[in-house]
Amino acid sequence: MLAFVIRRILQSCMVLLTVALLAFTMFRFVGDPVAQIVSLDTPAEEVRKVRESLGLDDPVIVQMGRYLYKAVQMDFGISYQFRQPVIQLLAERAPATLELALISSFLSLAIGIPMGVYTALRRDSLFARVFQSISLVGVSLPTFLIGILLIYLFAVTLGWLPSFGRGQVVTVSGRWSTGLLTVSGLKALILPSITLGLYQMTLIMRLVRAEMLEVLRSDHIKFARARGLTTRAIHFRHALKSTLVPVITIAGLQLGSIIAFAVITETVFQWPGMGALFLKAVQNVDIPIMAAYLMIISALFVTINMVVDLLYAFVDPRLRATIKG
Amino acid sequence: MSMQTPPAGSSPPGDSLWSRIMAHDLTYLFFRSPLTVVAAILSVAIMLAALMAPLLASMDPFDPAQVFLADANIPPVWQDGGDPRFVLGTDDQGRDLYSAILYGMRVSLVIGLSGVALAATIGITLGLVAGYVGGRVDAVIMRVADVQLTFPAILIALLVNGIVQALSKGTSRETWAFGVLILSIGLSFWVQYARTIRGSTLIEKNKDYIHAARLVGQPTPLILLRHLLPNVIGPVLVILTINLGLAIITEATLSFLGVGLPPTQPSLGTLISIGNKYLFSGDWWIVTFPGLTLAIFVLSINLIGDWLRDALNPRLQ
Repeated sequence: MLAFVIRRILQSCMVLLTVALLAFTMFRFVGDPVAQIVSLDTPAEEVRKVRESLGLDDPVIVQMGRYLYKAVQMDFGISYQFRQPVIQLLAERAPATLELALISSFLSLAIGIPMGVYTALRRDSLFARVFQSISLVGVSLPTFLIGILLIYLFAVTLGWLPSFGRGQVVTVSGRWSTGLLTVSGLKALILPSITLGLYQMTLIMRLVRAEMLEVLRSDHIKFARARGLTTRAIHFRHALKSTLVPVITIAGLQLGSIIAFAVITETVFQWPGMGALFLKAVQNVDIPIMAAYLMIISALFVTINMVVDLLYAFVDPRLRATIKG
Repeated sequence: MSMQTPPAGSSPPGDSLWSRIMAHDLTYLFFRSPLTVVAAILSVAIMLAALMAPLLASMDPFDPAQVFLADANIPPVWQDGGDPRFVLGTDDQGRDLYSAILYGMRVSLVIGLSGVALAATIGITLGLVAGYVGGRVDAVIMRVADVQLTFPAILIALLVNGIVQALSKGTSRETWAFGVLILSIGLSFWVQYARTIRGSTLIEKNKDYIHAARLVGQPTPLILLRHLLPNVIGPVLVILTINLGLAIITEATLSFLGVGLPPTQPSLGTLISIGNKYLFSGDWWIVTFPGLTLAIFVLSINLIGDWLRDALNPRLQ
């Protein structure tokens, strides 16, 4: 088991290294950062100095090594457009994105799982059909369209909720700026988190329903019925337990994509998060920000993936056998 | 009832392809589900309308000679200031919205279909190889899948876009946006196919029929294609359908974020993105009609995919 864990961690490190090299290589050759800083009539001497000060004259290998060495120390360089350390820019915006992502995933799980269980158990009831239809609409409407519709309805027409920004934020312990402690901050969170969470919620509901229907037909449930257990015990002790294993996997993986999907939601709601920063960086060919964002996202995703894999090995005896063998 | 009498020994008339389709379980289930029938009719109608856009549209929105800025932001006919030439109104450049939606749908469809086809081809091939060969090959492919999963669709597309933009300095976006979108969709959706196929391959490859095929000395590619593929392809059909909806949404999202098709070549997403800029000034129609078309089409596709998943699952019957 220990060997498996160590191997899996090493694999994850290899993945991260690959991503880092990939990110660096691609972004090193995309666009000319100097052109972003100097204007058309900057004298050639000045341009040369800027190029030198950014270290762009060194051999690519040297630049790559320097980049990796610094990245390990969380130093991702200076943003070309803001002239500020990238890590500082990202750290300023991370709380906004993380709060949004966590609230959205919490909403999607807290609503999606019960809805999925209900629709599976009462397949033909009216509510189950309504939930099914809502979930289909949720999957079919693109995130940005939902955002636009919500803004049009609740911000433009009714004027109940703000259409952009985070509202008033409070800084906690000197670093973390939170919108959870003020009324305007909470109000500003409502529309974006619904927009971001709706798709995940419908996904989880449909997944729980499908898994539950499968499980209810499996032999161990038939056996439980044959043993004369109560319906409640069969549904919630046996069926739900087997259902939740794949659901937790997907939910874990979804957390990563929620953060990535935040790019869209943040753009629609002008939410001052990392996603909006990333999109701006792409538009302005701001290499350090793009590379740092990609590496942070992949680090997050690889970690989640690894934890899920390890949990799976602990939970599923069949896989454990393969690992030992 | 044809004049010809069937030659002796041929199958009875009830065995023609058409009647075999009509007698199939799937057809029976299909007509038993009215919602699916409606969804099928809607999606076929939208696809046909997109296909025949030049015949149905009142103008070619891609042709600058037919577009006049003076016609910009005209509301639909039934509103004050409407113009009978433009049933659903016009966008900010004076394009007839109805025609733009037809052409835009065509663009969205072509990109969605090609993207999904590319994704399925890559994913199925890699999934089969990874699951069957196993060992180091499997580890490498699945690690690549991991790395790829760290970049969801949007990020991949932004990456691909950025690279192409830098490589094609000077050339305009119109020349490469199309291919880049297909490539982005193909590269971002293959993992799901690979994982599904690999999963079922891992189970199937230990079954007796595969062992038997190996024992009689069949070459590996033949085992993969002839024996394994038909037994693991089932779930892919459902993923294909649902992915088409996702691919069209992805294309629309990218165009909305400004990294997809340019305003001169509008897809539904581009039209919605144009409309979003005018929403606050009350020009609701530019965003509403393309959005509605997109939603109805994707919803229909998803309904069919949903039905197909249940219909193909023998345990649910």
